[in-house]
Amino acid sequence: MANKRPDGKRWDEATSTETVGHEWDGIEELNTPLPRWWLWTFYACIVFSIGYMIVYPAIPLLSKGTEGVWGWSSRGQLADEISAENERKAPVLAALSQVPIEQLAKDPERMRSAIAGGAAAFKVNCVQCHGAGAAGSPGYPNLNDDDWLWGGDLAAIEYTIVHGVRHPGDAQTRNSMMPAFGRDGLLSAAEIDDLTSFVLTLSGREKQSAASTRGAATFEAQCALCHGADGSGMRDFGGPNLADAIWLYGSSRAAVRSQIHDPSQGVMPAWGDRLDPVTIRMLSAYVHSLGGGEEFAEAALVEAADEQP
Amino acid sequence: MNNPEKIPGQEPGGDITDQPLQLYAKREPVFNRRIDGPFRRLKWAIMAITLAVYYVTPWLRWDRGPFAPDQAVLVDLANRRFYMFGIEIWPHEFYFVAGLLIMAGIGLFLVTSAVGRAWCGYSCPQTVWTDLFQHVDRLVDGDRNARARLHKAPWGASKIARRLFKWAIYLAISVVTGGAWILYFADAPTLFRDFFTGDAPFVAYATVGVLTATTFVLGGFMREQVCIYMCPWPRIQTAMLDEKSLIVTYKDWRGEPRGSVKKAEKNPGAFGDCIDCNQCVAVCPTGIDIREGQQIGCITCALCIDACDRVMKETGRERGLIDYATLEDCETEKAGGTAPPILKTVLRPRTLIYAGVWGGIGLGLLFLLGVRTHTDLTVAQDRNPPYMLMSDGSVRNAYTLKLRNMEARPREMTVSLDGLPGAVMWSDDIPRSAAARELVRKVPADATATMRAYVVVPAGAADQDFSFVVRSGDEQGETDSSETRFVTPGGEQ
Repeated sequence: MANKRPDGKRWDEATSTETVGHEWDGIEELNTPLPRWWLWTFYACIVFSIGYMIVYPAIPLLSKGTEGVWGWSSRGQLADEISAENERKAPVLAALSQVPIEQLAKDPERMRSAIAGGAAAFKVNCVQCHGAGAAGSPGYPNLNDDDWLWGGDLAAIEYTIVHGVRHPGDAQTRNSMMPAFGRDGLLSAAEIDDLTSFVLTLSGREKQSAASTRGAATFEAQCALCHGADGSGMRDFGGPNLADAIWLYGSSRAAVRSQIHDPSQGVMPAWGDRLDPVTIRMLSAYVHSLGGGEEFAEAALVEAADEQP
Repeated sequence: MNNPEKIPGQEPGGDITDQPLQLYAKREPVFNRRIDGPFRRLKWAIMAITLAVYYVTPWLRWDRGPFAPDQAVLVDLANRRFYMFGIEIWPHEFYFVAGLLIMAGIGLFLVTSAVGRAWCGYSCPQTVWTDLFQHVDRLVDGDRNARARLHKAPWGASKIARRLFKWAIYLAISVVTGGAWILYFADAPTLFRDFFTGDAPFVAYATVGVLTATTFVLGGFMREQVCIYMCPWPRIQTAMLDEKSLIVTYKDWRGEPRGSVKKAEKNPGAFGDCIDCNQCVAVCPTGIDIREGQQIGCITCALCIDACDRVMKETGRERGLIDYATLEDCETEKAGGTAPPILKTVLRPRTLIYAGVWGGIGLGLLFLLGVRTHTDLTVAQDRNPPYMLMSDGSVRNAYTLKLRNMEARPREMTVSLDGLPGAVMWSDDIPRSAAARELVRKVPADATATMRAYVVVPAGAADQDFSFVVRSGDEQGETDSSETRFVTPGGEQ
């Protein structure tokens, strides 16, 4: 219900408020202005947004948007941050690339940065096969343990990463070719069964038996060359240790027999032409740090020390 | 007319002259008069103390040796340390700060229930800085009447000059206020120098800018509006005050009806003590009339008591027409009785319980402060992989240990295994060939060292709990331990 004041303005009696003058079926709208602080804040926001649209990218056009007079972009900011970060890391990386790998662990601080860098690179390049915790899976070696097919000191790890394992096209790749004794008919099925029994006695998984005794002779003739007379492996040939608790392709009788019959032979790419030397060095440090890393043999250390001026 | 119905007594289009109610009340500026008296002097003293504490504290030095800053009070956000004289708080000890904040909260409850809005009246920064700015007004523009005159005067060269001069002083005070704040967060002399040479971090300038702006606006212009409209504390206090809380009260039974001295002389007995001189209104920093009774605008600064007491003295009447009193005392006095001594009013169960809780928390914090060690150990077990089979059949678990050395000097710490028979461990910088049940690690001063521990247990062990124990290698021999678990492929067995 609205009344008209002498000055012509209409106002609502119940609330003593002016109305805006519009009317719909007897319903009128009260004129309750916005609080002033609110209004001024609103105007300030408008002014701010005009400025914002001028200096920052704002208006989408056909192929790309306006760029803003400050030239800021989120991609540009990321690029700046990356280059700043690279600049920050440059001296550390330079030092890492210059130090001989035998000396890498001498400086704990340097080793720590190498491990941190390696951990990041591992997450990008290695987890696909070796797993996020580097614990591997059947066929993909576990890098945490102390069983190394090709050697577990820093230099050996670095070599393996650079040249890969059975990587076609790299002449220096780590290469071991176990014959497919069953598939190629080198041994009869019975001989393979006996050999399997013998191999499983090496790590105490099976007790000695007539079969294992028969298998021992076959082992002597066919396997000892690469796996060693006692089955403890030969790293020079990449012959795995058969006398320990760790089995790359499984320790069950069936798995071992299958490896003799027609061995699986895993391939690791050579990373030497994919990653830069510093990243590979950091990866080596990280893998070495996982708990199974081996120390250099004394001879290698003396040799490295001699090379130093 | 849009409404065909007629309402009796309200003829449509009738003669309506009342203005519509306004929801918006324009602020009446406050020009409070200078006053002297015991409460004013108390306010001066509290202002001097609080401002001195605020400005001087960051400059105090406290020797903590070569490995820690020498600033007595420092909130080192960058390094996550809080220094307060001999006390150093680490982030994991933040409960001390939480405890202090709880004490501050309960302290406000205690003060409010005992002496009413004393916080508002004397020590609230808004009050202190408003008071300061009002003194600047007085210094530049003169006392109450001069300021009111200048306010009404049209804008001219002289008024503009005066205003600019006054605002410049406001701004100077504001900059100093904002500037002092940042000195608590970094080494004060260094930051002070860097601030003027342009080498200080951006956040320092931004903080000073924001605090300068808030001081300038809140202290220079908004003043009592902050207390009346913005601050939640007065609203909470109105719920906390009871009939036994001290408030500033006008004793209306004694003052009413009001009459000038002359009128009272002509008509002895017809008038109360209030001579309606309006001095209580003139001195009020929030511009209220205390004689209207309790109201949210009253911050109980007691300047009106000073003003009224002086008038009462000049007119030869008893002081205390406006006075600190409880509502209960007022009732007693009104009925002709005598109010109990103030101490008795203040010491009542409610205040005593608040004081007890407050003191209890304080003693608890002091106790914790006394018995806390400066060596700490936390252990996180590797989850991926959870365990590792070694080639000889033994099982290895890996752990990440955090060794905290909270002393301002480097210390050696010995980490050992408690439980887990047959186990040995090695670390990232200690090779497996040197594995032992006890490893020594040097931890830098006032720092946390991260240490990897590879614990290996002979073949055949089952899952079990055990603890890492750390012991500082100095004469203090502080220890801490952290229980964790060793998992094996065999599980519980």
